Amino acid sequence: MTGAYIDKDYVYAVARIRGAELKLLNQTVMDQLIAARDADECVRLLAEKGWGDEGNTGDASEGMLSREREKMWELIDELVPEKSIFNVFRLSADYNNLKAAIKESVMEYEYPGIYISESTIDPELIRKAVKERDYGALPDSMVEVAREAHEAFLHTGDGQICDIMVDRACLSAILESGKQSKDESLEMYAELTAASADIKVAVRGAQTGKDREFLQKALCECDTLDINALTNAALQGQDAICTYLATTDYADAVEELKKSPTAFERWCDNLVIRRMKPQLYNAFGLGPIAAYILARENEIKSVRIILTGKQNGFSEETIRERVRETYV
Amino acid sequence: MENLGLFFALLGAALSAGLAGAGSAIGVGIAGRAASGVVTQEPNMFSKVLVLQLLPGTQGIYGLLIAFITLTQIGIMGGDPNISLAKGLLYFAACLPMAIGGLISAIAQGQCSVAAIGLVAKRPDQFGKAMIFPAMVETYAILALLVSILSIFGIVNVPF
Repeated sequence: MTGAYIDKDYVYAVARIRGAELKLLNQTVMDQLIAARDADECVRLLAEKGWGDEGNTGDASEGMLSREREKMWELIDELVPEKSIFNVFRLSADYNNLKAAIKESVMEYEYPGIYISESTIDPELIRKAVKERDYGALPDSMVEVAREAHEAFLHTGDGQICDIMVDRACLSAILESGKQSKDESLEMYAELTAASADIKVAVRGAQTGKDREFLQKALCECDTLDINALTNAALQGQDAICTYLATTDYADAVEELKKSPTAFERWCDNLVIRRMKPQLYNAFGLGPIAAYILARENEIKSVRIILTGKQNGFSEETIRERVRETYV
Repeated sequence: MENLGLFFALLGAALSAGLAGAGSAIGVGIAGRAASGVVTQEPNMFSKVLVLQLLPGTQGIYGLLIAFITLTQIGIMGGDPNISLAKGLLYFAACLPMAIGGLISAIAQGQCSVAAIGLVAKRPDQFGKAMIFPAMVETYAILALLVSILSIFGIVNVPF
């Protein structure tokens, strides 16, 4: 009986998360940021809230945002030493790095800063494996897609084909990782990520008149969507996609989808946060930690939207429409 | 074999102190882990979370009390330790409510304390309310204690 209490309930970690949740930005702070005169004032407000490093007033806002991400993962790594548990959140960085490595290798040019840290595999390993075509150095799940995407890009010169192959493999890996975690919240996140990506691909495919073969290559099997029905709908156009989605768990998304792709993306992010909210009252398990990671990622995304909006002189209303719901 | 009565009475006392104590150790331990998490983030919360951590510790004390009374009654602590098998079994039965009730209620109270510690971490001003939730679990430990005490003192009047 005691074994379960000692190893699996993350009591200490969840208590630390409860304390850390106090420092999350709530709606009032988001409103203050949106109402700020300019990006500099936003950065000042964020620095007051402890964002960035101490003593650093944050001359580079992007540096502040990536520092916040790093701080979040430092805390999570300290609380959950078994890093693979949260692979579901880190896998997209791996596959993004794979795309970057393939493009860099084909273009024979090194682009600075295109690799994302906080991944499960060292970006340098991916870069070297792709450059030397030594795919065996990559994890098993990545070998096949790395070879195929690399060859496809080399032969066709079509970056989009390479992207859809890697993106689909990424979604499959996220779904697999979610299922392996056996944690309800991680599985839910993986499923929503895959389903929303499929919907976005279907809509873009319908708008650009992509054929069945393309859609079948790009769409990833998931539990909450029937890929065949979605493919057929995408071939008929966006209205057919909306009609199909109305019969699924994503019926509420139809209205947002009709507005714009950005509105739909915002709806997806908000849905994840809403589904995670019950974790605020859960004292045990991985759920509250996973919810905190998502809440942090979400608020960093919102702050990036506000800062970019301010730098480009967008109105408060335009920024408000894009900012995500807060977790606390 | 003539001391079998004494053996059962002692077994009851041992289970009462042992199981209730083990429950409290698990309860205080789990709450302590949550308390450590909160104090890592907010060191000034120490006194508040300490009270919540200690709540599941009472079952261990109740178990000790029952064991102590039993040992006194059967003469182990001084007097005549000769009791019949029937009386020994009666003492054993009398200790069971505290042993089982103590074990389970302490673990449940520990889990409830963890949740309450989370509450205090988020809303330190709600400390009073946070204390009430785990304290409710205490009711059932007290009921077990009461039954065990009444039974042990009642055994003296049993005519064998």
